[in-house]
Amino acid sequence: MVLDSKTPEGPLKDKWTRHKNEIDLVNPANKRNIDVIVVGTGLAGASASASLAELGYNVKTFCFQDSPRRAHSIAAQGGINAAKNYQGDGDSTYRLFYDTVKGGDYRSRESNVYRLAEVSANIIDQCVAQGVPFARDYGGLLDNRSFGGVLVSRTFYAKGQTGQQLLLGAYSALSRQIAKGKVEMHNRHEMLDLVKVDGKARGIIARNLVTGEIQRHSAHAVVIASGGYGNVFFLSTNAMGSNVTAAWKAHKKGAHMANPCFTQIHPTCIPVSGGFQSKLTLMSESLRNDGRIWVPAKLADAKAIQAGTLQGRDIPEEDRDYYLERRYPAFGNLVPRDVASRAAKERCDEGFGVNKTGEAVYLDFKSAIARYGKEDAFVHGNKTPSAEEIQTLGKAVVASKYGNLFQMYEKITDENPYEMPMKIYPAVHYTMGGLWVDYNLMTDIPGCYAAGEANFSDHGANRLGASALMQGLADGYFVLPYTIGDYLSHEIRTGEIANDSPEFMQAEKEVKDKIDGFINAKGEKPVDHFHMRLGKIMWEKCGMARNAEDLQKAIDEIKALRIEFYANVRVPGLVNGVNQELEKAGRVADLMELGELMCKDALQRTESCGGHFREESVEIDGEQKGEAKRDDENFTFVSAWQWKGESGNQELVKEPLEFKDIAVKQRSYK
Amino acid sequence: MKLLLKIWRQDGPKEKGQMVDYNVDGIEGDMSFLEMMDILNSQLIEKGEEPINFDHDCREGICGSCSMFINGEAHGPGRNVTTCQLHMRSFKDGETIFIEPWRAKAFPVIKDLMVDRSAFDRIIQAGGYVSVNTSGNTQDANSIPIPKEDADLAFDAATCIGCGACVATCKNASAMLFTSAKVAQLSLLPQGQVEGKERVINMVNQMDLEGFGNCTNTGACEVECPKGISLDNIARMNREFLSATAKGKK
Ligand SMILES: Cc1cc2nc3c(=O)[nH]c(=O)nc-3n(C[C@H](O)[C@H](O)[C@H](O)COP(=O)(O)OP(=O)(O)OC[C@H]3O[C@@H](n4cnc5c(N)ncnc54)[C@H](O)[C@@H]3O)c2cc1C
Ligand code: SF4
Ligand code: FES
Repeated sequence: MVLDSKTPEGPLKDKWTRHKNEIDLVNPANKRNIDVIVVGTGLAGASASASLAELGYNVKTFCFQDSPRRAHSIAAQGGINAAKNYQGDGDSTYRLFYDTVKGGDYRSRESNVYRLAEVSANIIDQCVAQGVPFARDYGGLLDNRSFGGVLVSRTFYAKGQTGQQLLLGAYSALSRQIAKGKVEMHNRHEMLDLVKVDGKARGIIARNLVTGEIQRHSAHAVVIASGGYGNVFFLSTNAMGSNVTAAWKAHKKGAHMANPCFTQIHPTCIPVSGGFQSKLTLMSESLRNDGRIWVPAKLADAKAIQAGTLQGRDIPEEDRDYYLERRYPAFGNLVPRDVASRAAKERCDEGFGVNKTGEAVYLDFKSAIARYGKEDAFVHGNKTPSAEEIQTLGKAVVASKYGNLFQMYEKITDENPYEMPMKIYPAVHYTMGGLWVDYNLMTDIPGCYAAGEANFSDHGANRLGASALMQGLADGYFVLPYTIGDYLSHEIRTGEIANDSPEFMQAEKEVKDKIDGFINAKGEKPVDHFHMRLGKIMWEKCGMARNAEDLQKAIDEIKALRIEFYANVRVPGLVNGVNQELEKAGRVADLMELGELMCKDALQRTESCGGHFREESVEIDGEQKGEAKRDDENFTFVSAWQWKGESGNQELVKEPLEFKDIAVKQRSYK
Repeated sequence: MKLLLKIWRQDGPKEKGQMVDYNVDGIEGDMSFLEMMDILNSQLIEKGEEPINFDHDCREGICGSCSMFINGEAHGPGRNVTTCQLHMRSFKDGETIFIEPWRAKAFPVIKDLMVDRSAFDRIIQAGGYVSVNTSGNTQDANSIPIPKEDADLAFDAATCIGCGACVATCKNASAMLFTSAKVAQLSLLPQGQVEGKERVINMVNQMDLEGFGNCTNTGACEVECPKGISLDNIARMNREFLSATAKGKK
């Protein structure tokens, strides 16, 4: 089996324009007869739904929350990248493309990434036109900040609530189309299967989460924009409901799952505080613009802190180890996420962690407060400010930049980060892997598309900060609405798709049987019990560092856990009506199968690249000693897995990656 | 910590509900309120009982899903927090905690603590947007400078999470704070001004249609709003409404 990426011919910079010109168009009268289902209302799903409806298609959109506005994109904090070069610091489409490919450790498809960079500037124009209130400077123009892994300021933001503002923009565009009757919105509905007829995606089976009704919905194409699957680790920065079910059902119907093991572990999250914890909270990467990361240089100090007899703020400057600045002088605290996370783990593994559990490092604003305080005093004509004045002014500046994040930190930890350095530790945050898609964002099931975090496309083995929001909106506003026409132009004579064909009836029956199976399994343990155990296996054996022996063990453990789950889970309540345990049971069942595939994928990839770190593959000596070691000769490919009837039996298909417009180099941030 | 929880249980919109007592033990101060509820639910499931249904998702105060009326206050004690951001350190050992759903005619109970807030979506659908196509043929973002002060005010209004605490708190169950936040955001920006008059009229009409009550300026909503949405927005919306209706554009 060969996967055809359908990358257009021609020079990189002309591919997208050329492709757009060559795509067959569907005439407006015909669009009225074509139905498209969109699963998801995050940035990708909401923007796709609005744009497709505006083009004239009949759109049916689904989300499991009570309103499309609550999709998990709402929680994104730090910002969105775009190659606007408003700061005049040398940014360009090519540089954004270059940074993204390099940041992804050369494991993404050149043509897709270039297109992303190309449409990025347009996203900002679009959002501003919609009334998204981005941060502005005193001249009234848009402001930017820097994010990890790059040397320019290209990140647009709305305080620490960029995702909220962008999603509300997309939600408003969606609402406009709902009001016009062009989008039929199904809140509190969950897609539980994809239906294929004659090899094409023709609809979905969904459960109404209020009445419990199982419904058959047909369409000419299905777009899966269901977000990421970080919750396979149980503890992650994802929302509680984030899951893989929609994508997984497509996988089981034939769509390849690509690079499933590429997981992003975000370096700046609030550390775990207890066994009861249900989720982890991210502290935006933007904090690394001003915060400095350190641990004590002396082991004795670290031990005293862990024992609670010493406070971090009392450690003198010379006894602090700013390990990122030390190891990576060029990028310092702004190295990419995978590098920062591993460096934190390395220090903590050596015993230098700074909380009870020894799994935390400091993120300190002391220097920033002093620097901003002095600057602000100077600007206001105070050339000889007292230490106290500096502190007050500096804290005010820091508050204006990161106030809501500091407040969030204090609410959770009960510690004041203006006085005490923040404590942070890496946590699962984003999944680069996802459904394999071609240049048109179509999976290898004809008519089934994947957009946003649900697809694998643009971030390779590591995503740069502020690039997921960019990708979600690029997919939904600017890519999919064009590329889907290529397929739908061949559907104009199909007519309405029946939703009572044998394929639909069969899929409906399978879904009902599965639900009955959960309700009738009279086991003893709640779903969370199994989810937590799955998470622990994944975090310990398929987390920040991986090795062959542990991965194999993890696969065996997950297989055993699955058997136990089906035998011993208890789902009280009824099928007809609200049943949140039943919803969870279905999701965790799919996460277990996914977890197994992630380990299988990680086992196969014996190189280290991006977020995937194999302990067996590190640089032995030279300047890069101890850093992750890629193996370009053997692993310059996308691993795409094909379902073979049984969990864990998937077969590997390789999509080779070619780099023609970028020199493949070792990723150095030194 | 040991606690006595008195929780509203209701099987469906048409069913009668009642308060039911539950005891929980071993609660720690660092737990969030919803984690405390998780513990209770796990215990109920192990006993074969139906867990308590409530809406939640992000658990970091931004999605607006969580919505509990705790000890007579929307989102419980503490200012500027949602239910999911509330920590058990705000309670004392041995305390009795009353937990109820939002109560408003326009927010019917679905089950237990879960209510139907789709009326909010319909208010936005009535005009809470700028009528610009998403095709990408827009002008450069920096071609319209916006004074920082206006942009910041628009942002503050735009941070509403649509949770409905304002409605639940208001003795008239008015949706003025929610609606005005969107009207104010768009009226502060040049992009939103073109359709300003129709917008405010349509959104206010929809609000009335949904069965939300009138605003009598008690200001309770502002106090309980987890995002600190200001009453100034209501004043701004009233001005917009007056000027829209005065111009006879109805
Ligand atoms: C805390 C946090 C902070 C972040 N900060 C940033 C940032 O600053 N910059 C950045 O670029 N990225 C950031 N990210 C990443 C980014 O937010 C996400 O990758 C992105 O928003 C995903 O968007 P999406 O549209 O693909 O999916 P989501 O927003 O997750 O939406 C998924 C949608 O699918 C629906 N859905 C899922 N399954 C089903 C089903 N079976 N049936 C029906 N509906 C279903 C859901 O209801 C939802 O509407 C952050 C992520 C997190 C977790
Ligand atoms: S105004 Fe405040 S209380 Fe009302 S919905 Fe918005 S955030 Fe919630
Ligand atoms: S769960 Fe999202 S705001 Fe509380």
